[in-house]
Amino acid sequence: MSDIIKKNAWVAGLVALLFVLLVLTKAIQPSFGMSGLESVARAALPFAFATAGMAVVVIVGGIDLSVASMMAVCAVTAAVLMERMAGVPAILIVLGLGFVMGLINGGLIVLTRVPDIVVTLAMLFVWEGVALLILESPGGATTEWLKQSIRGSVIPFVPNALAIIALCVAVVWIPLRRSKLGISIYATGSDELAAFRSGVAVGRTKIVAYGVCGMFCAFGGLSLASLTGIGEPVPGPYLMASVAAVVLGGVVLGGGRGGLLGPIIAVLILRIVRTILTLLAVDPNVTTIIEGTIMVGVVMLGTAATLRGARK
Amino acid sequence: MNMATTDSSMVRFGRFLRDNPVIPLLAFLVLMIAVLEVIRPGIVTPFRAGRDGLISTFWVGNLIKFAIPLAMLAACQVLTMLTAGIDLSAGIVATVAAFVCATLSSIWGPVPAVLIAMSMGLVVGVVNGIGVGVVRVHPLIMTLGTGLIATGCMQVYQRLVINAGSEIPAVLSWLGTGRTFSMPNGLFLFVPFALFVFWLMRFTGFGRLLFALGSNENAAKLSGVRAWQVYVALYALSGLIAALAGLLYLGMIRQTSLSLASPLLLPSVAAAVIGGTSIFGGRGSFAGAIVGALIIRVLDTMLTLMQMPEGARTMLFGLIILTVTAIYVRITGSR
Repeated sequence: MSDIIKKNAWVAGLVALLFVLLVLTKAIQPSFGMSGLESVARAALPFAFATAGMAVVVIVGGIDLSVASMMAVCAVTAAVLMERMAGVPAILIVLGLGFVMGLINGGLIVLTRVPDIVVTLAMLFVWEGVALLILESPGGATTEWLKQSIRGSVIPFVPNALAIIALCVAVVWIPLRRSKLGISIYATGSDELAAFRSGVAVGRTKIVAYGVCGMFCAFGGLSLASLTGIGEPVPGPYLMASVAAVVLGGVVLGGGRGGLLGPIIAVLILRIVRTILTLLAVDPNVTTIIEGTIMVGVVMLGTAATLRGARK
Repeated sequence: MNMATTDSSMVRFGRFLRDNPVIPLLAFLVLMIAVLEVIRPGIVTPFRAGRDGLISTFWVGNLIKFAIPLAMLAACQVLTMLTAGIDLSAGIVATVAAFVCATLSSIWGPVPAVLIAMSMGLVVGVVNGIGVGVVRVHPLIMTLGTGLIATGCMQVYQRLVINAGSEIPAVLSWLGTGRTFSMPNGLFLFVPFALFVFWLMRFTGFGRLLFALGSNENAAKLSGVRAWQVYVALYALSGLIAALAGLLYLGMIRQTSLSLASPLLLPSVAAAVIGGTSIFGGRGSFAGAIVGALIIRVLDTMLTLMQMPEGARTMLFGLIILTVTAIYVRITGSR
């Protein structure tokens, strides 16, 4: 019981931090309003999906280094398909592709018994190569309505991009978490051997968790394609960002704890920090350094905290 | 050793490969070269194409020349993999060192430029070492992160020196492009370097500590090893090696770019893995990695001759790492 309170306290703290940062942004730039919030949410879109995917595999006790590459594959596939066919079937194909790529990652981890970090490192390069094979240089096109859907806000005071994140994550995650599979994911993450002895199909659970991660990466790839209007075969900087957001969001590296709400709020926090640095007229390259330092710092603190927790 | 008689032949074969990774690797290298010769007759043996000579020294020299920087970066991976780590910042460190050296040598002269370039590698390495050894972040994540920060720093630095122009120190271009007896001059740097790494791994206490930490970290710690000091020294050394490789590569390419040595990173990991170094620690050899680097260069030539696109090559390297690791896990039954 106290564990639940503690977990919610962490999320509440993150929301408070987000709120403070928003007020700070408003104080620095009094004209920061709805349109500013909307552009933050839009830029956060691919990061949020990468983080959601990463959070699922971290909860199951693994890590997926290939998220950025899988997003690149999905983005170029979406751009190539949308040039030739209608938007909806293309989206469905891309989502299926993401799921299958995730299943391949998970399947290789379970079948070869090679540690996840090594398998997904190798797959990072495999998927990067696949993206380059599909589209050698940036190109393709994105359906117009998809590009429009992430702009503006249909519901007052809620940017569409934010609503899309909430909707996609809720549709995939909430039913999953309530199901038997969701319980198996948490069980496998907290103690694989105990889960196995309690009758959880550990291997299958892991594979499906990686599949879900792949599907979130497909959402991320679609959002990349609709943000830029084209497909870009080179993976973006989503790996470190998603690991940092997952750790900041209260998911323990090693598995079994945390949810998806915390990491997604953490993504927004990291994006707002970037906005604040831009508003302060910091050189964008210096911003990259500061961001990188924050991410490494967050991961370091998170790891140190996990170790202390393990020692107790 | 009488245990071995009861083991299955598969396990014995695995043990043989583990103990002597260089022998099958050399055979494989020769096989690859033979295949290359079949694909493009006369590339290795000029007499078949109507020219003089039994074996083209130019081709062999070229093969060795381009394998040297790869083998040096593979040394970073071998050393860190001995402790179950990895150094993914090596490619960026090499690039940073090359960039810093090229831009500073026109202002301050070659010697300070080289020294500053090397110290860049040392700084990144020490940060990696502190992250891995003291804070206990997973090496993969730590080195990725410092690589990210280093890239950002290089971009800021590039803005500052954009007008200064660049100059490649004469020593480096001599090492990188010159030839003595049709063998690349890079060997003058590489042979002492390789001997140093052999000596470090085989005959020093530091080398034994690396193997000990990789085999069983808890046991090593309980025997009184101060693990964090070893990690800091190891990653600092790895950073220095990466910077040195970057300098040599600069002399070879004679151009500065913000992604000079980054494409070498994955092949360097692949070279170490092919060379029989375990990514899980406790087992590895630099001789294997050197042969691994040669194999990768031959493979590269082959893929270029077959006009494989860039994507297929990247994919293939990923699959090689995965397959070799999976086979290792299967044969030896260990993780």
